[in-house]
Amino acid sequence: MRRSDVPSILLPRRRFVQGLTTAGVGLGLGLIRPAWATEPMSPASLLAGNAMDLEIREASADFTGRARRAVTVNGGVPGPTLRWKEGETVSLHVQNHLDRTSSIHWHGLIVPAHQDGVPGISFDGIPAGSSFTYRFPVRQSGTYWYHAHSRFQEQSGLYGAIVIEPKEGERHVADRDYVLLISDWTDEDPERVYAKLRTRSDVYNYGQPTLSDFLRDARAKGLGEAASMRSMWNRMRMNMSDLADVSGATYTYLVNGATPAANWTGLFRPGERVRLRLINGSSNSIFDLRIPGLRLRVIAADGQDVEPVLVDELRLSAAETYDVIVEPGDDRAYTIFAQSIDRSGYARATLAPREGMAAAVPPLDPRPRLAMRDMMGSMGDDAADDSGMVMAHHARSEYGAGVDMRVDMPRTNLDDPGVGLRDRAHRVLTYADLHTLGGALDTREPSRTIELHLTGNMGRFMWSFDGLKYSEAKPVHFRSGERLRVTLVNDTMMNHPIHLHGMWSEIESPDGAFQVRKHTVNIQPAQQVSYAVTADNPGRWAFHCHMLYHMEAGMFREVVVS
Amino acid sequence: MTWRAALVALAMMPGIVAAQSMKDMQGMDQSTMHDDPPPAASAPAASPADQHDSPDHAGHDMSGMAGMGHTSNNAGMEMGPMQGGKAPADARSGDWSDGVAPMSAHDMRMMDMDDTSSTGMLLIDNLEAYAGQGGHGQSWEAEGWYGNDRDKLWVRSEGDRSDGRPQDGDVEVLWSHAVATFWDTQLGVRRDIGAGPKRNWAAFGVQGLAPYWFEVEATAYAGQGGRTAARVRVEYELLLTQRLILQPEIELNAYGKNDIARGIRSGISSVDGGLRLRYEIRRSVAPYVGVAWEHLTGGTADLASGRGQRITDRRWVAGVRLWF
Repeated sequence: MRRSDVPSILLPRRRFVQGLTTAGVGLGLGLIRPAWATEPMSPASLLAGNAMDLEIREASADFTGRARRAVTVNGGVPGPTLRWKEGETVSLHVQNHLDRTSSIHWHGLIVPAHQDGVPGISFDGIPAGSSFTYRFPVRQSGTYWYHAHSRFQEQSGLYGAIVIEPKEGERHVADRDYVLLISDWTDEDPERVYAKLRTRSDVYNYGQPTLSDFLRDARAKGLGEAASMRSMWNRMRMNMSDLADVSGATYTYLVNGATPAANWTGLFRPGERVRLRLINGSSNSIFDLRIPGLRLRVIAADGQDVEPVLVDELRLSAAETYDVIVEPGDDRAYTIFAQSIDRSGYARATLAPREGMAAAVPPLDPRPRLAMRDMMGSMGDDAADDSGMVMAHHARSEYGAGVDMRVDMPRTNLDDPGVGLRDRAHRVLTYADLHTLGGALDTREPSRTIELHLTGNMGRFMWSFDGLKYSEAKPVHFRSGERLRVTLVNDTMMNHPIHLHGMWSEIESPDGAFQVRKHTVNIQPAQQVSYAVTADNPGRWAFHCHMLYHMEAGMFREVVVS
Repeated sequence: MTWRAALVALAMMPGIVAAQSMKDMQGMDQSTMHDDPPPAASAPAASPADQHDSPDHAGHDMSGMAGMGHTSNNAGMEMGPMQGGKAPADARSGDWSDGVAPMSAHDMRMMDMDDTSSTGMLLIDNLEAYAGQGGHGQSWEAEGWYGNDRDKLWVRSEGDRSDGRPQDGDVEVLWSHAVATFWDTQLGVRRDIGAGPKRNWAAFGVQGLAPYWFEVEATAYAGQGGRTAARVRVEYELLLTQRLILQPEIELNAYGKNDIARGIRSGISSVDGGLRLRYEIRRSVAPYVGVAWEHLTGGTADLASGRGQRITDRRWVAGVRLWF
């Protein structure tokens, strides 16, 4: 495609807000607020009904002041929000105008295997210049999203929100209903990002421990303490700042396609109940989201209704969705603030009674450091895990060049909000707070356990399950109809949101009770999480880490239900 | 100031001494969290005993972990090392397939995925001008590779030029193979360039990351006529800030036989050190300034002084580090 043929996304021209310096110093203090920063965004396009046409094509997009190629759906980044009704059968005609194979996967939707949209596993992909019609009954409701499952097309812009209206009507009445699709954008070619990570995995980490940090620690804790702490990490060749492979050094974080400066705004009248459908549609980012001045009533996780729980902040791992209700009472603007886990940047939007209003943007928190429990599990004395001792069973294939550490005694508690959120004065959501309404879909006790370890070698940027990359591994077999338990042990020091296609993951509490139904389960460093699965959807399915670069590097398995 | 200054610099961080990395290198990945002896030469603050005494970190005592109190709850439980090591006899299988054949893994092209694809890298670590007591010139140190996670074609070169002529240097081409978490073995050839006969060598060595983040290269060489040689290089990066980085480096060369034509006598022939302070404008471009020492030793030093050459040369250097 020649450049002149490339259609342009018509968005207001915005300057970038990428990382700490610009965002924190400029807009953060609310001192520099150029006129364009508060221009109203054109609403994200919306498609409703049970038959829709989706067109995938390359277009020029400009998020930072530099025009770049994006992969768009119906001309937008993100693509249109799709609104369906539970119980209908939808027909989605997807035309691929790219010069290479493309695909759309309906994330979190339980569909027949050949409609799932993973090329090479559940269908043949949508070849260049041709089309594919997805057709499946919608048997669930809630907030989901869609994205490409072809190389880095998702990172390049191919994603969008899905909202499914319940057959019986919404359980929670709200006066306003907004989708907040948070994502990460890079001006670099994602192939280049991947190549850089594979040659120098810390290339985007500008929060590494330095000599000045060390001297600050030594002043605070004493030289001996600071030295022994640093020495332990250094001896293991592990980095306590290893929170995000790709950071605000290259990413611009977006809400509904708007940069922090462009400030996507949702309107309300004081006293109204506003439902926010939070979607982390990013390729490689985890966000901590809060709205200063408002409490978040969490009513659904990954599309599934939960017993409402009031929190002040929540962590959105990649591919997770949460529905929250807020009740802004004052006639003023509220900032929706979602900082990346490594505090290298943030996504920002605003709830306001009128267009053009904005509230102060909080400063980014100091960069957190991994704690002992993130390296040693329940053996770290800060683990706060009173849920009993578990021993991990390592696979033979974990003893090799592709694995840089193993955790023998992972922590199993779900009430840990994770690194960077542990010292909050306010309430932060944890998995222990989530209880899916109605309980488990299948009350049978799992008849067997499949233990898989999340493994990697950060230095070599190798990622795997059980030390085996996708290309080295055999499929995981679920016996048709069985209720089984998947136990995931994170032997790395990064968070991994693990997504099983085609079936629900029903997380168990440490004592084995049903907790919450999810499609994407974030496993913290040195943590073990178990969930039950009912193998009732025959076919071949993808099972992978939803960090796109981890998935591409090998943290991926094929699951066969037969 | 001598090359020893570089050692002192390496030890600037409490608990870190170059000798420790050399020791650990021999042990490769056998180093574990609980059976590593406390670093003999490290600063007292880093010793496990002190960690244990520190009230806030009593439980961080890693050296005592193997036998810690949990054992009483789990009689007979054996903790493995957290890194490296060999799989215990009772390690489970990673195969959950029940014999079901993979469909897609063999057609990753359709998925547009390839977790074994190759990539390449070129790092010109030093490209600099120097002004020394024995003259001035230019020198370089570079490495590049192409390959996947496990196997790479590795090329590296170093050398210097003065009076417009190459003086001493070599080029190595190696097959680098990942054998352990942090270590690769390397097998290949080296060709000497510069003044004197152009020797060819077979090369075998290891390269990797020793505990405490020391980059280590240790290579043995065998040449024609029964010549042997060895080179060890240790490098460290001390982050003063995110972009201002101090990089100490030591290199040691040894030869098994006299090679008078190249000014070498058997034994340890030279110990070089460098201390470079760079500023990463971008990750890919970092200008630097520094100081380097070249120190000839043993018979090689005698040979040089007999020819009226300097045994020790201190050089001021300025250059740029480039990463592609």
